[in-house]
Amino acid sequence: MKDQDLGHLIARVKEGALSRRSFIRKAAAVGLAAPFANQLLAFNGVAMAKANLPYKPTKAGGGGPLKMLLWQAPTLLNPHFASGTKDQIASRIFYEPLAGWDKEGNLFPQLAAEIPSKANGGLSADGKEVIWKIKPGVKWHDGKPLTADDAVFTWEYAADPATAAYTTGAYKDIKVEKVDDLTIKVIFKEPTPFWADAFVGVAGMIIPKHHFGEYKGTKSRDAPANLKPVGTGAYKFADFKPGDILTAERNTEYHVANHPHFDTLEVKGGGDAVSAARAVLQTGEYDYAWNLQVEDEVLKRMETGGRGKISAVVSGDIEFIILNTTDPWTEVDGERSSIKTKHPTLSDPKVREALNLLIDRDSVQKFIYGRGGIATASFVNQPAKFKSTKLKYEFNIDKANKILDDAGYKKGSDGIREKDGKKLKYVFQTSINAPRQKTQQIIKQACQRAGIDLELKSVTASVFFSSDVANPDTYTKLYVDMEMYTTTQPQPDPERFLNQFVSWEVASKENKWLGRNVSRYTDKDADEAYKAAQKELDPDKRAALLIKVNEIFCEAHVILPLLSRTRVAASVTNLMHDHSGWDVDTWNLAAWYRS
Amino acid sequence: MGAYLLRRLLIAIPSLLGISLILFTVLALAPGDPFSEMATNPNVPPEVREALRASFGLNDPIMVRYVRWLSNMVQGDWGFSFASRIDVDTLILQRVPTTLFVVGSSQILALCIALPVGIYAATRPYSLFDQVANTLAFVGFSLPTFFTGLLLILIFSVSLDWFPFVYRSDLAATGWRWYWEMFRQAIMPITVLGLFQAASYTRYVRSAVLDVIRLDYVTTARAKGLGEKTVTLRHITRNALIPVVTLIALQMPAVFGGAIVTEQIFRIPGIGSLLIDAILANDTPVIMAVTFVFACLVVIFNLIADVLYGWLDPRISFS
Amino acid sequence: MAGSTLASPSAEPVSGPAQTSAGTSPGRETWKRFRRHKLAMASSFVLGTLILGVVIGPWLWPVAINDIDFSAQLQTPSWQHPFGTDDLGQDLLARMIYGGRISLAVGLAAMFVATFVGILIGAIAGMSRGAVDNFLMWVTDLFLSLPQLPLLLLVIYFFREQLKAVFGVEGGVFVLIVVVIGGLKWMPVARLVRAQFMSLREKEFVEAAKANGATKFRQMVHYILPNAIGPVIVAATIEVSSAIIAESTLSFLGLGFPPDIPTWGRLLFDAKDHLDSAPHWALFPGAAIFLTVLSINFIGDGLRDALDPRRVI
Repeated sequence: MKDQDLGHLIARVKEGALSRRSFIRKAAAVGLAAPFANQLLAFNGVAMAKANLPYKPTKAGGGGPLKMLLWQAPTLLNPHFASGTKDQIASRIFYEPLAGWDKEGNLFPQLAAEIPSKANGGLSADGKEVIWKIKPGVKWHDGKPLTADDAVFTWEYAADPATAAYTTGAYKDIKVEKVDDLTIKVIFKEPTPFWADAFVGVAGMIIPKHHFGEYKGTKSRDAPANLKPVGTGAYKFADFKPGDILTAERNTEYHVANHPHFDTLEVKGGGDAVSAARAVLQTGEYDYAWNLQVEDEVLKRMETGGRGKISAVVSGDIEFIILNTTDPWTEVDGERSSIKTKHPTLSDPKVREALNLLIDRDSVQKFIYGRGGIATASFVNQPAKFKSTKLKYEFNIDKANKILDDAGYKKGSDGIREKDGKKLKYVFQTSINAPRQKTQQIIKQACQRAGIDLELKSVTASVFFSSDVANPDTYTKLYVDMEMYTTTQPQPDPERFLNQFVSWEVASKENKWLGRNVSRYTDKDADEAYKAAQKELDPDKRAALLIKVNEIFCEAHVILPLLSRTRVAASVTNLMHDHSGWDVDTWNLAAWYRS
Repeated sequence: MGAYLLRRLLIAIPSLLGISLILFTVLALAPGDPFSEMATNPNVPPEVREALRASFGLNDPIMVRYVRWLSNMVQGDWGFSFASRIDVDTLILQRVPTTLFVVGSSQILALCIALPVGIYAATRPYSLFDQVANTLAFVGFSLPTFFTGLLLILIFSVSLDWFPFVYRSDLAATGWRWYWEMFRQAIMPITVLGLFQAASYTRYVRSAVLDVIRLDYVTTARAKGLGEKTVTLRHITRNALIPVVTLIALQMPAVFGGAIVTEQIFRIPGIGSLLIDAILANDTPVIMAVTFVFACLVVIFNLIADVLYGWLDPRISFS
Repeated sequence: MAGSTLASPSAEPVSGPAQTSAGTSPGRETWKRFRRHKLAMASSFVLGTLILGVVIGPWLWPVAINDIDFSAQLQTPSWQHPFGTDDLGQDLLARMIYGGRISLAVGLAAMFVATFVGILIGAIAGMSRGAVDNFLMWVTDLFLSLPQLPLLLLVIYFFREQLKAVFGVEGGVFVLIVVVIGGLKWMPVARLVRAQFMSLREKEFVEAAKANGATKFRQMVHYILPNAIGPVIVAATIEVSSAIIAESTLSFLGLGFPPDIPTWGRLLFDAKDHLDSAPHWALFPGAAIFLTVLSINFIGDGLRDALDPRRVI
């Protein structure tokens, strides 16, 4: 589709001659994904769709209690300290951002009156300014009105390094100005194609200045509101026991008419994913359970009772394998897997290519993840606009054997291939999680048939994902030949996500292994494409650049993507919920109801 | 006796200090840090992690951190949790009642089963009753609690729908209904823990009673014409109690420490689940506080056991 | 024990070698008594069969433990798979046999380590008074209060690579697991033995032995220990099952065997999520652990009865 055609279509949508839905369909037909198509509309001044859950109740309240089960219990309720999804989910009950992301990756206004666009003057042509209009008449739970001051304060609070807010990445490089009582202006230093970061989604929750004003910076821990949140959300705080239970009641002054439906809310934490699914699907003790990383077979069996159902929505998270091209077994300047070294065998692209052929992605999806993941050869899969159409995967042991034969790796007496005395024996590490251990076994077996020996290693997740400098088992140290994990793509835009493929982010001793490029593989073209994408305002060209970064790494077979993960939740049959892969589960809690 | 007690209590102080130092060192050296959740999220810049490490004092040398912890502790400041950023003592106090109730009840249940069954089985060794009791006891401790707990859930919650399997610390009901709901939600965890504990207790009681039952003084007591009941209770049980007291003293700190696996299965907000969550999140102040209280209880109950030995068998001297 | 006044040395609970009646050696006497204990004999047979089964099993049932077959997921027992299959279609009999080697070895070895350390520390503490006792009890208290999980992570972190270098992957893990489980489970044994010793060391027969010039060591080994062994045997048997189960917990911390190596505890753990649809998966490892514990217990009972001349069977 040419640019002119697209412009023509957009014009027709504006005139009303073409429905949004058919626009998206037409766009999808030419490989333009819904989220992107929507963004395109937004960028060109077409109003965003309403939330995709139609709300049926005709009055607020009367829905009785809503009981949610999070198998990891929330421990704090300040959205800017929320370290994990569990805390973000809990904070989102009380606090709201200006806009949230729905399941198609569209921006949906929450505290904003409308989504900024070029047409409404919200987006400047140079890509350096965003003007947000705040919805009038919104009140905090204590009755005070929400104003632009609260939004400006939220920026000051999160941007202050002394506060050490986890959301600081969205705020530290911007400036926020108050235009009038209900309008703010976000100013970027550079043209920023992806502007919907500050005040949007999990990082965007606005906090009341009159409760947090005195507790900015180093005093942030002392704020009483950290434990007794005062927000604008559909439910008001009642009680909280960290690590156990959170209760809330209906906000009778909620700013959306006839919302919300439930009278009280309970969020219980603890336990494990399987039994959480059981409590919803089999016994119905709870209405909703989140993040069910459980083998699909188990879930399907629980669903047969008819009490509950599973919902899976796409997300940008990707389960993948890194092949280490540096040498993890030789220490140079106090670190292993240093970029100064070369892996004896994995630095050979032929070996990596063979390994990529030995991963039975279809079986992993079919027999282990089920609805929890979609087999893929591309690192970025969502929004589909950014997915490479070129990358394909294949499971072919014969072909792998042939590649290795041709490359001169001969089987020894023990059945393991070797060349120049270097054996194809690898340590394959991942975090402890039943589906991952099963995937490891499947890959190990295929490798065995190609004369490659894998030693499986599993590390407890709390160690694997830590930034502990002293520990050799963290995933950023990569003191193994290959490793597998999932990395999260927090927004429906892969720019920041792809920073794990750039040379200046290589994890090393120097940056205390905090660098985001864990594979340590670098490529000049990828670096250049990434830098160009950061400034490119044309959505198509920018997407092409980011796809290029992705393809360079996947085609080098350094990154072997396995599955594009979905977010899986369980609910009782009569609960209508709105679950998005681009925002937390409670992002649109106000619209949930019981039919 | 008084002087002995005082001396033991005085020894307890340096020994607790030593334990606390070792605990602290182990926790400080143990791998992991409190920020693993942020690790795979590209939106959290590494500087934030570094700033937090610094503000939590994680970059200081271990000894500095230990001295700081100790001096705060002496002043009654237990520190704050890295995960929830609230005071550790508040966090622990929230969990104590539930833990005492669930684990305490299960210990009582275990003793109520183990003492009579063990004694009765030992007075009739290799009788049918003894064989059945033994076999059940073996089943009891061959099956881990994660397994029996799940079995009970599948039978009583999923199939029969009698009991809920999610334990709630804030039941909505009041009055008699509250007691009824409490009973319904507590019965499965208490049973799982109680039976597991009862299985091993039964074996110990039986063995201890068997050890004394054929001693001459028991025969003498019987010969004097004392009733079988009196002989069993007065003469045998008291003398068989030493190992039992040892075991109970070993288990009492657990009433505070909770039962990690069972608490996880039934989502009981007890100290055990607080501890495991803290460990997985590397929330050192919480781990340190819980384990230190636990250590104090271990030392105290060891002392109590020693005193009880002297009472049970006056010939044990403590000089 | 209060009131347990014994009439004469010849009526002592356990006679030292000097008191043995002429003609039969104490070993043979014990063996004779043990043989009369039917359950103990039967249990020895069962345990022997289990051990033999896991040792020669791979020759009798030469099926690979890790052959993944998605067409045979969660099958119930059949001629092709006598114990059924798991969710990757792997043959459970082969996995049970392989896992049994590890579980039995870990269970028994860890039991011996824990019991030996426990008896040693308990006996020394129980025999000595004052500083030595205080110090040993301090160590016991310390080990009781150490949070096991961080400690385990620390141990892996410090020692895994070294042990792997010395003993190889599986050997290193085996040594580590036995040491870790043994090292964290000896405390109850030590406390029990100490309590028994404190009571027994005051008894007349010990006094008598002392008067006869028995050294402290001899008093401990020949006179007190045999009488303190009751609770130790119970503790040891409980230890076997808890070690087998603890091994499965360890592998979930990344401390245990690599994830593709089955053990009985791990099979049981893996099976739990499929308990409602594939109970056979849990049944076999559960039954195997139970049989092991049962037979070890009865052997323990038999041993104790055989060692104790007072007992009439």
